[in-house]
Amino acid sequence: MQESVPLNYYLILSAIFFVMGAVGVLTRRNAIIIFMSIEMMLNAVNLTFVSFSSYNSDPAGQMFVFFVMAVAAAEAAIGLAIVLALYRNQQTVYVDKVNLMKW
Amino acid sequence: MDLVGLAFYFLAALIVISAAIVVFSKNIMYSAFSLMFTFFGVAGLYVLLNADFLAVTQIMVYIGGILVLIIFGVMLTTRITGVDVKSNSLGKIQVGIAGLLSTIIAISLIVVFSSTKWFLSEPKVSGDSTKLIGNELLTNYLLAFEAASVLLLIAIIGAAFIARRK
Repeated sequence: MQESVPLNYYLILSAIFFVMGAVGVLTRRNAIIIFMSIEMMLNAVNLTFVSFSSYNSDPAGQMFVFFVMAVAAAEAAIGLAIVLALYRNQQTVYVDKVNLMKW
Repeated sequence: MDLVGLAFYFLAALIVISAAIVVFSKNIMYSAFSLMFTFFGVAGLYVLLNADFLAVTQIMVYIGGILVLIIFGVMLTTRITGVDVKSNSLGKIQVGIAGLLSTIIAISLIVVFSSTKWFLSEPKVSGDSTKLIGNELLTNYLLAFEAASVLLLIAIIGAAFIARRK
């Protein structure tokens, strides 16, 4: 396993994956797509953790991924509840239409 | 090239292509469904990396939980039949600046990742990681485990409180 695919390949793949999530957060206006991109960024970081953990045979990285998943689940629940409340009050999910507190 | 290498390249291509569809698709339902393939690809990479427990957890939590929640959010906030399901992007200048910033981040990350000499220990051959993770979770990481459970409880209560109809 360790010989055929070096560690760098996993790291570069997760870097590309993370940056694609960052592009989604920066360019899209729909709040739900921004959520999907944040989940993708969290997944990319998890992939880095797991690859280091596997190549060093140290379970601490996998523990971190476990807790990151718990926090991501909490974040998704709260975030989508906020999006629903926003849609009910403002009838939009576009983040640039929500400028009630903008000076 | 052996089977593991082929599987890695297949999963990497799956992840990158479906992530591109998530980010650049105009239809938000296409984004949501292609996010599923992204999560499946990451779960497959976890299997390749000998993290079988995390692969199953990834499928159960992300595909079974978060993705269903996101699809519910899409269906509750957009009219599927109308034009509202289209989701536009920003103007040209903002997209240019965002692309420039992202390219800088990507290049610096890849340079750092590929030029650093990582310290790698000798890989110990171990069967399943589930027993190992269970032991760690209830000995060294017990406080974080309990804190995560309290966090999830608070998140459930908060989500129900925010999303309910007044």
